[in-house]
Amino acid sequence: MADVNITVDGKKVTAPAGTLLIEACKSVGIEVPSFCYYPNLSLQGACRMCLVKVEKMPKLQTACTTVISEGMIAITDSDEVRQARKGMVELLLGNHPLDCPVCDAGGECELQDMTFSYGAAESKYMEPKNHKEEQQWSPVVYFDRPRCILCYRCVRVCGEGMDVWALGVQNRGVGSIIAPNKEDHLECEECGMCIDICPVGALTSGAYRYKTRPWEMNHVGTTCAHCADGCKTTLGVRRSETGMEIVRGDNRDKSGINGDFLCIKGRYAFDFANREDRFVQPLIRKDGQLAPSTWEEAFELIGKRFKEAREQHGGQAIGVVGSNRTTNEENYLLQKFARVVLQTNNIDHHRTADFPAFAAALRGKPESTASMRDVFNAPAILLIGNDPTEQHPLMAWQIRNNVRLHRAKLYVVNSRDIKLRRQATGFLRIPKGAEGRFAAFLNGDDSVAENLRPVAGTGADAGESRATTQTTPAGFRDQLRSEQNLIIIFGAEIRGGDIASVVKFGSGIAGAKFLYLADYANSRGAADMGLYPDLLPGYHPIADSGKFHQEWGGVPQTPGLTLPEMVDSARSGKLKALYVVGTNPVGRFDIDPFVFSQSFVVVQDMFLTETASLADVVLPAANAYEKSGTFTNTCGDLQLVKKAAEVSGSKSDFEMIVRIADAMGADVHKLVPFGRGTAADMGQSRGAQSGEADRHSVWLEAHGLEPKMSPFDPMAILDEIQRLVPGYEVSRMNLLAGNDQRTSLVGRASGAAQNPELIAPANDHLFSSGTLGRYSRTLNSVMENHDQQPAEF
Amino acid sequence: MRFSDQFETRFAEMITHYPTKRPVLVPTLLYAQDEAGYLSDEVIEEIAERLELTALDVRNVISYYSMLSTKPRGKYNVQVCTNIACMLRGGEELLEHCEKKLGIAHKGTTPDGQFSLEEVECIGACSWAPAVQVNYDFHENLTTEKMDRVLEGYAKKGAA
Amino acid sequence: MADLVSHPDEVRVVSRRFGMGATNLDRYLELDGYKAVQKALGMGTDGIVNEVKNSGLRGRGGAGFSTGMKWSFVPKQASKPKYVLCNGDESEPGTCKDRLIFEHDPHAVIEGVVIAGLAVGSHTGYIYVRGEYRYLLDIMQKAIADAYVRGFLGKNIFGSGYDFDVYWHGGAGAYEVGEESALMESLEGKRGIPRIRPPFPAVVGLWGGPTVINNAETLASVPHIILGGAEWYASLGPPKNGGTRLFCLSGHLKRPGVYELPMGYNLRKMIFEVGGGIPDGRALKAVVPGGSSTPVLKSDEIDIAMDFDSVAKSGSMLGSGGVVVLDETTCMVKFALRTMKFYQHESCGWCIPCREGTDWLKKTLIRFHAGGGVNKDIDNMYYLSENMLGRTFCPLGDAAAMPTMAFIKKFRKEFEDHLDGKPCPFEKAGVVESVLA
Ligand SMILES: Cc1cc2nc3c(=O)[nH]c(=O)nc-3n(C[C@H](O)[C@H](O)[C@H](O)COP(=O)(O)O)c2cc1C
Ligand code: SF4
Ligand code: FES
Repeated sequence: MADVNITVDGKKVTAPAGTLLIEACKSVGIEVPSFCYYPNLSLQGACRMCLVKVEKMPKLQTACTTVISEGMIAITDSDEVRQARKGMVELLLGNHPLDCPVCDAGGECELQDMTFSYGAAESKYMEPKNHKEEQQWSPVVYFDRPRCILCYRCVRVCGEGMDVWALGVQNRGVGSIIAPNKEDHLECEECGMCIDICPVGALTSGAYRYKTRPWEMNHVGTTCAHCADGCKTTLGVRRSETGMEIVRGDNRDKSGINGDFLCIKGRYAFDFANREDRFVQPLIRKDGQLAPSTWEEAFELIGKRFKEAREQHGGQAIGVVGSNRTTNEENYLLQKFARVVLQTNNIDHHRTADFPAFAAALRGKPESTASMRDVFNAPAILLIGNDPTEQHPLMAWQIRNNVRLHRAKLYVVNSRDIKLRRQATGFLRIPKGAEGRFAAFLNGDDSVAENLRPVAGTGADAGESRATTQTTPAGFRDQLRSEQNLIIIFGAEIRGGDIASVVKFGSGIAGAKFLYLADYANSRGAADMGLYPDLLPGYHPIADSGKFHQEWGGVPQTPGLTLPEMVDSARSGKLKALYVVGTNPVGRFDIDPFVFSQSFVVVQDMFLTETASLADVVLPAANAYEKSGTFTNTCGDLQLVKKAAEVSGSKSDFEMIVRIADAMGADVHKLVPFGRGTAADMGQSRGAQSGEADRHSVWLEAHGLEPKMSPFDPMAILDEIQRLVPGYEVSRMNLLAGNDQRTSLVGRASGAAQNPELIAPANDHLFSSGTLGRYSRTLNSVMENHDQQPAEF
Repeated sequence: MRFSDQFETRFAEMITHYPTKRPVLVPTLLYAQDEAGYLSDEVIEEIAERLELTALDVRNVISYYSMLSTKPRGKYNVQVCTNIACMLRGGEELLEHCEKKLGIAHKGTTPDGQFSLEEVECIGACSWAPAVQVNYDFHENLTTEKMDRVLEGYAKKGAA
Repeated sequence: MADLVSHPDEVRVVSRRFGMGATNLDRYLELDGYKAVQKALGMGTDGIVNEVKNSGLRGRGGAGFSTGMKWSFVPKQASKPKYVLCNGDESEPGTCKDRLIFEHDPHAVIEGVVIAGLAVGSHTGYIYVRGEYRYLLDIMQKAIADAYVRGFLGKNIFGSGYDFDVYWHGGAGAYEVGEESALMESLEGKRGIPRIRPPFPAVVGLWGGPTVINNAETLASVPHIILGGAEWYASLGPPKNGGTRLFCLSGHLKRPGVYELPMGYNLRKMIFEVGGGIPDGRALKAVVPGGSSTPVLKSDEIDIAMDFDSVAKSGSMLGSGGVVVLDETTCMVKFALRTMKFYQHESCGWCIPCREGTDWLKKTLIRFHAGGGVNKDIDNMYYLSENMLGRTFCPLGDAAAMPTMAFIKKFRKEFEDHLDGKPCPFEKAGVVESVLA
């Protein structure tokens, strides 16, 4: 669009035609105050805080609704303007309780800030304020009516942003009130966006309210530990008896791939970390019972038993199961440890998507995967299978808001009437389980077209009333072919060769990109880092271990056992030791616990899961909020995981792997190439427990440096990853600065797309999160409130 | 939820007057209230469903309009205007008179459910003040005596 | 059914058919009904717009904007359907004129709507009637149905090849819904919250289509202009203030009622001759000249011509034609309080200054009138009104602030007489009874 020139407070400003005056001002650093204006939400012009003088206009104008025009002259700071703003604040304060000292928002309240700026603290009114009792609307949402200034942000973010429409405005005049959809309570997706967006303390969170003051917290920007979308979340942490406790999750800085968005899990389900039933010391089975021990004792025992197993039965007698929730560095380290130290390729993880097949299909097209940011900007999107609203809340947000704000076209292919259908320009209902056939159809196999017609009148939601088009499969395909820069998103319903069909179809569309949906916070990372018996990091087949072989020396050359094969091996008494890191295969795959009665089982976890309860040694693990490293989301966006909290008595999986290697007598320096980074003054470090900012790491970051002084430093392994894993050659500087970085999927694994049957989608819904979710009180209470069960494994 | 045939005929006609369904909401609510006495949860659900709206949305609208009520009211809703033109000619005294006469205050309902009372804003009878509306009927140029007769009339009608 | 009055000075244009049974379509036709539409069908859009422009007709809803001008803002080509919306929400305190038009001459409104539609190239009109006027809605419903039967509405009206539909629509009690953009929201089935402007309704209105919104009296005047000619209509009033106006005289008058007088009629004469003066030999204290939103005039400020420009010059507004007369027994604080109570009740609550400002003004005035006022309240109320004026989302905020400022400025002494626990000097026993008797 053409640019328009205006003058604001004497400054020349140039901005694209159509820009709002308030945004144009912002672009040159002139802050026009506002309550109701919020970028990307509909305009309200209700709070009147943004009144400015525009030349030739008799009255002050709202900068939030004024579109700039050539030659416009605006004044944002004059006696008249300041008085108008002061007047508004005075009016607001008339009824607003001055309970700032106990209000959650105190210290980060926009009304407080405005009062400070415009000096409107003097009370002009003698009448008593209108008072109403606080209401609880859901396990997580509380509403304090008198504090509400009616900016309607919550109403809009819930409706326009989330497409939930659970909040409304009732009554009129001074009696106007924000109202929940079920009269006295909310029935919604519990995302908490309303709370985050509230400029004051009217909406507060059940998890956080009355817990602390904002300035008593440290704020750490990290990546969410739950689903595979990888929202950036800012954790508020505070000193507790046992270390540093997380008291809040939000996304105030909005700099992440998720912008404004967080779902219930990102916002509240950090609470598993604070449970009292977490392991806080190692346990060793004695006389059939798990009994507390010391770290030394535990590592010594593990080292001894693992070594024995390797030396007496060979690496093939040891199995390793990695995690979808540990960092890339840990996953990489784990498989390296397995291959180099345990001398086994028996390593696997809970696969929730077929990334090897995806990588194979994308051979020669390294740049054709779509990022989470792309999903917000693409002109057209095809979604096959999955229900992002439930399983990928951020993905759903990106799609929905792309359609709303950029008029993107969305095509949905699903066996169910998923919520995103409301945004769809095209919807094709296919029979359950026909996603693969649809992929073949896309790629030109017309013989399956008939099989794509859903049987009329079946399914719970067969009665369709919505207006989006229901076309024939062929018409649908033609429409897709006419698109450009289409992003094709598909769920784990599509695997193996079907992925190649989808990619082949997409390759006929100019600028098409692909996105494959896995389920957990680092599922993609687990796959990329080679938690496979037959694939090294970067989907290198074992047989083609070239540079890894060189770098590590002695990698066993035959593919190892898959997880089910390990179980079989254990059953037949061949698997002498099993090392399970941060995962619960026994519960997840419903494995008969007696299978492992002859194996020495070591489990690193936070809780007594089904797997931990049959272990010989349990090591208390730190979770993703308590350590540093990186996660790769399902799109391949690489993001930092930063240590926010700490529970004394736990260790990171990274450290535990290294210590086990050490106890086995391995050369730790070879395992973790530490000490090669910049030497730094460690003396300044105060550590997280001190309750203050970790000044040392702040100083290092400020100088673009990294410590890498100890074998427990994940950054040292990141060096190696960046060196050896194709697609991970991202800018280290940008990554450390907290920006998401694109990895690329460099197709390697020709023919490595074996065992698509091993893929077991998590089937999580909005309020569940695998085994981990079971330990979140918030999720449980919300599920209870919604009469829901945890997702079936 | 059953409405009268007349309601259904009118509803069916009204819905053809607009490019979308929603515009019939406000008049429909008022006609529904005329029949049901007030807008019960059931009525709200019914109308929301017909117009493909959420109940919340319907409630938001109801609560905006002063003639719509989600609480039962008397058979005869006595609405006394006390706005400026009526006030100058005794509207407030008329209200007080009705309060005494009916033994109820603003927004109250008599125990027998016959009358409710409301102080209302200007009803467009300024030149014939003071004025009262009982349901939809206007009574103008009132005095306390005339008001008594008006109330008696309705009491009789209600008893019949 | 409201009583009709008359006075020799009246010039009956809009009220010509009042009391003549014109709700009956045949009777209406005998009284020159539907001739104007047929004439307009041959005038072309520009012809109609120019005629109305030249007639000097200005909006009778309150703002007094040139009707012809408003129509000319509607784009000739539009991708969405255009609409005509008749504003019959009549809720401004002191105003009861549209009611008479609907009651006595509903077809004139329909005719006006059709002509407006012809003028802007619209094929659909809505007549919005406030919910309290249920009997008028019934009258209107019947009138529309009758017109359809004769082929005056619907497909191919009067055999012209032009299609035009008119629909009735009822409100449910909300003053703010009379504001043009809130009216559209209400008609669309929503809360009556005004819209952000620009875009103005003439460009983006009902369901996004260009929409002409006019007051019922404005539209009912149009057929007379088409038939009688712009020149004739303009000549009835002073320059730029064409025609006549229904003035609703109310308050302390011997002969209150709705009178149609030429624009520019002298206010003093209106009160003392047309309205019969003040009963019981009491003295005039003040006049609210155009509905409760217009600043009050003191008894020595009433030698003015009642047209838009003259009243504006005197610091008030002609408004909606509601002339409320206050005699010496009126307590201005009480009057200010009742006015504010209205705005507080009717504020839609969307924007801060109106929502909070009307509430605090009302609360302060209640306490003040009850004798709990302190000196700084007076300045505070003025300051508060100043902070509302011109800063609200829609003109309702101004409508609450302007009269308040005028009451304080012009009757400050009376406010001061209420201070420091003094009882209201006007609440003497006997005054009220004598009014009611
Ligand atoms: C708060 C408020 C209430 C209004 N109420 C009415 C009303 O009841 N009837 C009316 O015709 N105009 C009313 N108006 C004026 C309308 O906004 C609009 O100007 C008018 O309908 C245009 O018609 P006109 O040009 O024929 O006057 C109101 C304006 C405001 C700000
Ligand atoms: S001024 Fe504001 S609150 Fe008042 S009616 Fe208009 S928009 Fe509503
Ligand atoms: S920000 Fe402009 S009115 Fe609220």
